[in-house]
Amino acid sequence: MAAKTRFKDADMQAVIGWVLRIGVIVSVSIVIFGGMVYLYRHGSEAPNHKHFITQPSFVQLGGILQGIIDFHGRSIIQAGIILLIATPILRIIFSTISFALEKDRLYVLISLLVLLIIFISSISGHIA
Amino acid sequence: MSVLIFTLIILVGSCFAGLVGSLTGLGGGFIIIPLLTIILRVDIHYAIGASLVSIIATSSGSAAAYVKEGITNMRLGMFLEIATTVGAVCGAMLAMYIPTHFLAVILGTILIFSALLSLRKKAQQIVEHKSALAEKLKLNGSYPGADGTVNYSISNVGGGFVVMLFAGLLSGLLGIGSGALKVLAMDSIMKVPFKVSTTTSNFMIGVTGAASAVVYLQRGYIDPAISMPVVIGVLIGAMAGSKILVNTKSSGWLRWFFVVVVLVLASQLIYNGIIGKI
Repeated sequence: MAAKTRFKDADMQAVIGWVLRIGVIVSVSIVIFGGMVYLYRHGSEAPNHKHFITQPSFVQLGGILQGIIDFHGRSIIQAGIILLIATPILRIIFSTISFALEKDRLYVLISLLVLLIIFISSISGHIA
Repeated sequence: MSVLIFTLIILVGSCFAGLVGSLTGLGGGFIIIPLLTIILRVDIHYAIGASLVSIIATSSGSAAAYVKEGITNMRLGMFLEIATTVGAVCGAMLAMYIPTHFLAVILGTILIFSALLSLRKKAQQIVEHKSALAEKLKLNGSYPGADGTVNYSISNVGGGFVVMLFAGLLSGLLGIGSGALKVLAMDSIMKVPFKVSTTTSNFMIGVTGAASAVVYLQRGYIDPAISMPVVIGVLIGAMAGSKILVNTKSSGWLRWFFVVVVLVLASQLIYNGIIGKI
């Protein structure tokens, strides 16, 4: 069947629906797990979120990996959150591939432009 | 108060926010920010960061379901995401320099407008006339209706694009999905059928939120201890809300009740902002 080899909008919808669902389920599961670790270790302490305070290094971007190795609940939560933020971005990457398979050059460009904007935004902390 | 109690209070509040957000169609972010800032005295920047994370979760979760039904116009969404992400990045950068009590007043005002907008009657409209730009961008689409496929065209692409810039700006500035404004832009300006505009708006909210969230993340405004109960709570509330919407046909009085709740929260936010307590 010729129709099977051609990539269609309906296929794209199935793939994107799947990416979004898996992304949310996996990242929220990680957040819940990290939350349990965090509450187990710090549940009885006093919270302080009234004013902006510098966060510990193990929840900052550079320190998360080490934080997970040290089994910090908040590092695990933060990893889940970063994965959650990455889910819609992953969706654009999959859309770009789908548009490329459909040979829709205009929409490949549009998708890449959206990705570029998010990329610039994600390095803004290092330039401004 | 211990961390455990603090977390549980946020969790319950977020469930409520997710429920109200989904029943009114305003989104959970809108309600969680006043709850965190007024009742728990959390710094509004942290509240916005947590709210952004939660709207990414709810919009991605529901978009997964909508996309499969084939109602979402993915080309329209992708094209307008250029505007919403540019707006979002600008808004998020701006938020870093705006005093917190200003943010509270702006958020309260937008909240009141959106709550009133959500009560607006929704008229289904199908436009057949062709716009050259919409044609060129392949924005015209179709969706499966009750009696066969419905074809529709899109007007005033430029006007819609500009409003989406503004919607993105508000989203990055205040950590909200600005779904109401997105739907309004598509409905009234671009003449997108209502079914398509709501699902496409929801589809765009995740990407808009992600564009702002990366800015908040780098500035350290996404606190795992606050975001954790917010994300979990809002998701639970939103799922419960969509179940209620499916099961009860006459959710009219429920909407009214929650719109009043939202108005009270919004005026609290404005009042606290003006007297400088936030």
